[in-house]
Amino acid sequence: MALKTEELVLNMGPQHPSTHGVLRLLVELDGELVVNVKPIIGYLHRCFEKHCEALSYNQIVPYTDRLDYLASMSNNLSYVMGVEKLMGIQVPERVEYIRVIMAELQRIASHTVALGTYGLDIGAFTPFLFLFRDREKILDIFEATCGARLLYNYIWVGGLSHDIPDEFVPMVKKFIKEFRPTIEEVNELLSFNKIFIERTANIGVLPPDTAINYGITGPSLRGSGIKWDLRKNDPYSIYDRFDFDIPVGEGKVGTVGDSWDRYWVRMLEMEQSLRIIEQAIDNIPDGDVHEMVPKRIKAPKGNVYVRAENPKGELGFFILSDGKNNPFRVKVRPPSFVNLSVLGELSKGYLVADLIAILGSLDIVLGEIDR
Amino acid sequence: MKTPEEVYNILKEKFGEDVILSYDDSQPVEPVISVDPLKIHEVGKFLRDDENLLFDSLMVLSGVDDFNGKKVKDEEGNLKEEGRTLSVYYNLHSMKLNHKVLVRVSTPIEDPKVESVEHVWRTADWHEREAYDMYGIIFLNHHDLRRILMPDDWGERYPLRKDYEDPEYYNGMKVPY
Repeated sequence: MALKTEELVLNMGPQHPSTHGVLRLLVELDGELVVNVKPIIGYLHRCFEKHCEALSYNQIVPYTDRLDYLASMSNNLSYVMGVEKLMGIQVPERVEYIRVIMAELQRIASHTVALGTYGLDIGAFTPFLFLFRDREKILDIFEATCGARLLYNYIWVGGLSHDIPDEFVPMVKKFIKEFRPTIEEVNELLSFNKIFIERTANIGVLPPDTAINYGITGPSLRGSGIKWDLRKNDPYSIYDRFDFDIPVGEGKVGTVGDSWDRYWVRMLEMEQSLRIIEQAIDNIPDGDVHEMVPKRIKAPKGNVYVRAENPKGELGFFILSDGKNNPFRVKVRPPSFVNLSVLGELSKGYLVADLIAILGSLDIVLGEIDR
Repeated sequence: MKTPEEVYNILKEKFGEDVILSYDDSQPVEPVISVDPLKIHEVGKFLRDDENLLFDSLMVLSGVDDFNGKKVKDEEGNLKEEGRTLSVYYNLHSMKLNHKVLVRVSTPIEDPKVESVEHVWRTADWHEREAYDMYGIIFLNHHDLRRILMPDDWGERYPLRKDYEDPEYYNGMKVPY
């Protein structure tokens, strides 16, 4: 007589999945193999889109900080570009340069968290400390500029809240000099560590056509070998002036599109961000950052969809305006929301322990998933 | 690369004016193509697969409460609202040909039904669940139409509708507390 077996449903969370936020995974198991995963989200829902309908356009900026709270500068930038496009505002050169530098510093800060906590998920503690030490330096730069370390409300419609202080340029240059050796160090400690490779190579392979159909963006898409970066493919701000590469997954230690490739793309992207900052930092033109800040924002009737390459992928804002002081509708397209939806497809047939490695490699932030 | 107007003309030739309802470029930024809500899956499939269009990525799918109802008096003299619609906007982009288009469907609020495009673009799965959650739009032939951000027992209340009011009690707890 054959042994009677049935599938087991396991509830992971709300909390645990290595605590990237309050997330619950409904996992169907066959022995130790994952049959299906259903993410249950909404535990952090705080009505962002409903609030937007009652706020004026510039009051929304601090709310966008709280979407992906590890990349607040980039969130500000994306939203503000939408309102500027709707109103036809052309911002001064100086503002554009500072915005790009801030967005790239923010990308490095977000990637250090992603990579550090990914190491933690797998069981490597030391790289996390190295990366957080350097993230602190970026936060210091932000603090010197606008007083806040996490939620900045720095990029405003038409300009910036403060001009950069005198010590900004030397601080950034010092950071670049000190950060390059950290990348080397982390590569030695983690990237090419045999245990780490065993845990992540060939795990959670995401084929390119599946990735596009699911709407995956950012490093997770590039990990599958697709050269797609909005900074190059749909350029915004002044990114077309800088020389940088788009790293893609090549299957260096496993298959193209596995968890290690997604990790490695983030590692390489930090170097590219440093390159952009280096090109921009000495060329910031003079000007007034408040020159184009409108006294009262009243967008004309219409709709606009803008998107920007956030550290986690494409962050888009669909704004509908009916010509009043408040937007009629703001819909956010959070990259983590879309990237998480592929988890079920991605983890079929792997072990429970691999599920954590796959989830970590997608780099999600629940703040923007639940909004 | 095609402009939205060219896309509109291709669609009109293929599906006729019964399905492709109108083209609106009166607003400043992006023109809107309106489509029949019960044919949107066929139009979507064509948009994705036609070799001149190749809209392989659905950037975002947004539900909207148009809040365009008109107050009219019925025979007994009571005021009631008529003609209010819910809309779904599809922002499409082609990664291969690098062009964009904005498609809209509108459906009456009393019986909001739209065909699901989940089978065309898988990314629509969660976006449609969100539109259902927030506006109560029913997506026909969606494989798993459940609430996504709000709790499952939130009832027949759809928070992003413009006339939404907080419930007094939720599971015996007073709201707002």
